[in-house]
Amino acid sequence: MAYSDKVIDHYNNPRNVGSLDKKDANVGTGLVGAPECGDVMKLQMKINPSTRVIEEAKFKTFGCGSAIASSSLATEWVRGKTVEEALAIKNTDIVRELSLPPVKIHCSVLAEDAIKAAISDWKHKAGEDAKTADATASHS
Amino acid sequence: MAIKLPIYFDNHATTPVDPRVVDAMLPYFNDKFGNAASRNHAFGWAAEEAVENARAQVAQLIGATPKEIVFTSGATESDNLAIKGVAEMYREKGNHIITQVTEHKAVLDTCKRLEKEGFEVTYLPVEKDGRINLDDLRRAITPKTILITIMYANNEIGVVQPVAEIGKIAKEKGVFFHSDGVQAVGKIPVDVQKDGIDLLSISAHKLYGPKGVGALYVRRKNPRVQLTAIIDGGGHERGMRSGTLNVTGIVGFGKACELCRVEMTEETAKLRALRDRLKESIMSKLDETFINGSMEHRLPHNINISFAYVEGESLLMGINDVAVSSGSACTSATLEPSYVLKALGVGEDLAHTSIRFGLGRFNTAEEVDYVASRVVETVSRLRELSPLYEMAKEGMDLSKMNWKTA
Repeated sequence: MAYSDKVIDHYNNPRNVGSLDKKDANVGTGLVGAPECGDVMKLQMKINPSTRVIEEAKFKTFGCGSAIASSSLATEWVRGKTVEEALAIKNTDIVRELSLPPVKIHCSVLAEDAIKAAISDWKHKAGEDAKTADATASHS
Repeated sequence: MAIKLPIYFDNHATTPVDPRVVDAMLPYFNDKFGNAASRNHAFGWAAEEAVENARAQVAQLIGATPKEIVFTSGATESDNLAIKGVAEMYREKGNHIITQVTEHKAVLDTCKRLEKEGFEVTYLPVEKDGRINLDDLRRAITPKTILITIMYANNEIGVVQPVAEIGKIAKEKGVFFHSDGVQAVGKIPVDVQKDGIDLLSISAHKLYGPKGVGALYVRRKNPRVQLTAIIDGGGHERGMRSGTLNVTGIVGFGKACELCRVEMTEETAKLRALRDRLKESIMSKLDETFINGSMEHRLPHNINISFAYVEGESLLMGINDVAVSSGSACTSATLEPSYVLKALGVGEDLAHTSIRFGLGRFNTAEEVDYVASRVVETVSRLRELSPLYEMAKEGMDLSKMNWKTA
């Protein structure tokens, strides 16, 4: 199948690959997907508690090229945004930017979920929203 | 020698046509264009002679007699003709068919259709190594069983079934034995007498011949197999397969079979050495790689490896100047990972990470080295990108994670 130039670019030069310290109170971690489904995304953000600006974002993804590109793009987009602005990012924005075909839409959905999961985790740590404690996959 | 890109390592999907095969075919596109069924002029006679010569070449490759070869459009048609043809012809005798779960869809879907028409089908499981258990087979046979259809070698994992033993059991029980021989014929010795095969499907384009032509071997004695035709018409191929013969394709098919027969010993040794070189170069440099299916009972030119923590399609994207296939759901039309790997008990997580390498006649050691280095480099890079690899390295048990799916 043919990939768009932007997907290929993100695949070849992924932005912001890596990990942040998940124990840091200012770091929110989102881990979504499952190995059995062929996609797992880990998205982490370091958020300034006073300005609520996402100062740093890192990702690691197990998945196809479109999944890697979606999460790479997500890290680029959330950096410098406030938590509220980042929550407004929709999967359809990612689909449009990367020209994803219909069979790859789930990759963009996963990226949106990862953003939301990372922010929930940060909010939970900050005591803002206790009921989202399970938004991240937990080691049981 | 400089390597020409892209490199073709997908010889289970199809093989390039050998130039000697093309040469043999060309006259039959030009001066010798006759219809093999034209009995009253030289054009027809030349075509008929060419077809009969090819029939003998195909027969010789598998230890059959020429009259037992029925030309078809390919192995899918051969599988359909064998299974539906026996089912319909022997319906009075019984309605039970035995097959197994890693068959090609041409067999599985044909069996499924027959189930809708009142037949009963047993799908034998396979062991971890990809082979059926012969005791399972014995137990599955009933007085109603008319056909066992088990492939010679699998198209994804190259695992060779215990065909001669199956042939023996079938004969003992008086049940016909059909085998889809597409991946094996021309690659390893296949002998319908020694293997006790009553019906054998063959495809030309998997053995360096042209696409659009194949054959079904139909045993004529001990026992004689009769078939109900599925294509009616002019009564070609002794009534078993009507339709004007694809003379050009058949000539190429025959030549391809002859080349395979003459060169098999040498070619098998060469391909096994290349395959082992590929396997060693990759697996000695990467941890957590797993071979799918038996190494002992395997086609010499196949290897199927799972690269844990690296999704197959993203690996293919990274080695885009190499043609291989993946068991990843992302590369299939169904969005399900390989049913063959699942049948072996390979977890879905590992099924997504599998790559099939199929070597062929025209591959070289330089190509093997290039592919191995590209695979190692890409897997290493993608593992740096993989949260699963990181978690596994931290000592987490990924199978015990409570994954949240989207």
